[in-house]
Amino acid sequence: MTGLRDALLARDETRLPGRRDEDWRWTDLRGTLRPLPVVSDAVQPLADRTDLDGVRTRRFAAPESAGVLALSLSVPAGETLVLLDVIEAGQGAYARDLTLHITLGEGATLHRLVLAADSADAVSVSLTHVTLAPGSTLQQTVLATGAKRQRIATTVAHPGAGAHAQLDGAYLLAGARHSDQTTILDHQGPGGTSAQLIRGVAADQSRGVFQGRITVAEGADGTDARLKHNALLLSDRAEIDAKPELEIYADDVACAHGNTVGALDADALFYAMSRGIPEAEARLMLVEAFIGEIVERIGAPALQDAARAFLADGLEALRR
Amino acid sequence: MLHIDNLHVSVADKPIIKGLTLDLPAGQVHAIMGPNGAGKSTLSYTLAGRAGYEVTGGAATLDGEDLLALDPAARAAKGVFLSFQYPLEIPGVPALTFVRTALNAQRKARGEAEIGAPEFLKRARATAAALKMDFEMLRRGLNVGFSGGEKKRMEIFQMAMLEPRLLILDETDSGLDIDALRIVSEGVNALRSEGRSMLVITHYQRLLDYIRPDRVHVLAAGRIVASGGPELALELERDGYDKYASAA
Repeated sequence: MTGLRDALLARDETRLPGRRDEDWRWTDLRGTLRPLPVVSDAVQPLADRTDLDGVRTRRFAAPESAGVLALSLSVPAGETLVLLDVIEAGQGAYARDLTLHITLGEGATLHRLVLAADSADAVSVSLTHVTLAPGSTLQQTVLATGAKRQRIATTVAHPGAGAHAQLDGAYLLAGARHSDQTTILDHQGPGGTSAQLIRGVAADQSRGVFQGRITVAEGADGTDARLKHNALLLSDRAEIDAKPELEIYADDVACAHGNTVGALDADALFYAMSRGIPEAEARLMLVEAFIGEIVERIGAPALQDAARAFLADGLEALRR
Repeated sequence: MLHIDNLHVSVADKPIIKGLTLDLPAGQVHAIMGPNGAGKSTLSYTLAGRAGYEVTGGAATLDGEDLLALDPAARAAKGVFLSFQYPLEIPGVPALTFVRTALNAQRKARGEAEIGAPEFLKRARATAAALKMDFEMLRRGLNVGFSGGEKKRMEIFQMAMLEPRLLILDETDSGLDIDALRIVSEGVNALRSEGRSMLVITHYQRLLDYIRPDRVHVLAAGRIVASGGPELALELERDGYDKYASAA
């Protein structure tokens, strides 16, 4: 097994995933964590509480040097959970691995917002495995501002059968930060739907990575799976790597994927400036609008507010 | 107000404006007419400061101040407003937010206090009503899903809210039906005042039935080749631009 968790626990840096591993070629940990930090403390959720407005918030504090944590959560059949997972920034060059399991019962609904706010020198990996049941709905949005290496991966086991998975995300990167959003979605049975919209912005020398793999298994007929990644490069030293993949073994499916990487629209920028909006402000306004669609798609109003506040901070970082 | 002296402009190294001289006194409305390819849009973009329009010679000043040295936002703060022939759509930025951001940015640049939300909304409602615009439309993304006529009305709305000193109308009549043309023209005419000048750029005389110019200039092959009173527009409508195309 390779992975940050295994490497940290076994204190074996040869288990770190690196450039030669197909799924990690844009998120090389092997060259980054040397020497391997000693696991000093487990990453504990600082707080796990449910507010009066029904939002359950888990705050994951950063370790001092290195830490790992595995947690499970289930949403019982027919119930709805609004979940805010905050991956908090720590100090300096820590390494952490979060492995989270989420199971949805039949007809259950989960609204999940992940705010990943790591420090610039951190190596941070979080992997969430979601198992859906018939008729259940997952609506997830991941917002990230990057780290030295940051990966937020989600795998979804999708039974079809009227279940729906929405896996949205946005990354706003400045400085030399890196952020990787990876989704692996397995449509295993007939009659399932999924929709993914990921928007990214990379400024300075930052690097954004998106990998999205959709598999539609044999017999998963009538699946409707959509995946879109759009990114903006704000500097010619920034980089975006994207790999959308579709593997379809079923009949009568509707699958679509799209990927665009471009610069800010020069015409729109001129239009805004011609009205008196200074260039720096006009750029931020267009970036905010570009990312804003991700927030609009969040179904739970309380999570929308948290998302807006997080993105406002991310936009401030772009201004500097 | 606006003084353009022997202006030369190239786009992608190709000379388009070739020695254009024009005086637009305060309070006057001048029309610029000309055949396609004469340089009408190049002139408006150059005055607004669009990238890619390279001034290779000459000068353009607004009340004695060098316009060409300023970026587009600074020109706007000095009172320049270009009404676009093809207004841009900006998804995700509500029209009201856009205009308020622009107004306050201009005020800040001029050292004035920002306008508060209640006062802004009051003005916006009155302005939208005068232009027969649906106010709820202004809460949607700027120009997103707007018809051609609605976009032009939105340009006039912005103009009325920003209260510029120099208005450049680039083919404002294109894509307008007769009712929209009347409403848009009324909006423009309401802005005519002693301290405000307008440059009305158009291919057709039709717009000038509604916005009466003090002077008409013919732009052909990058230069003003004839100037006269409003009767010149009627003459162009009757005889076409052939005479000037061959002269240039």
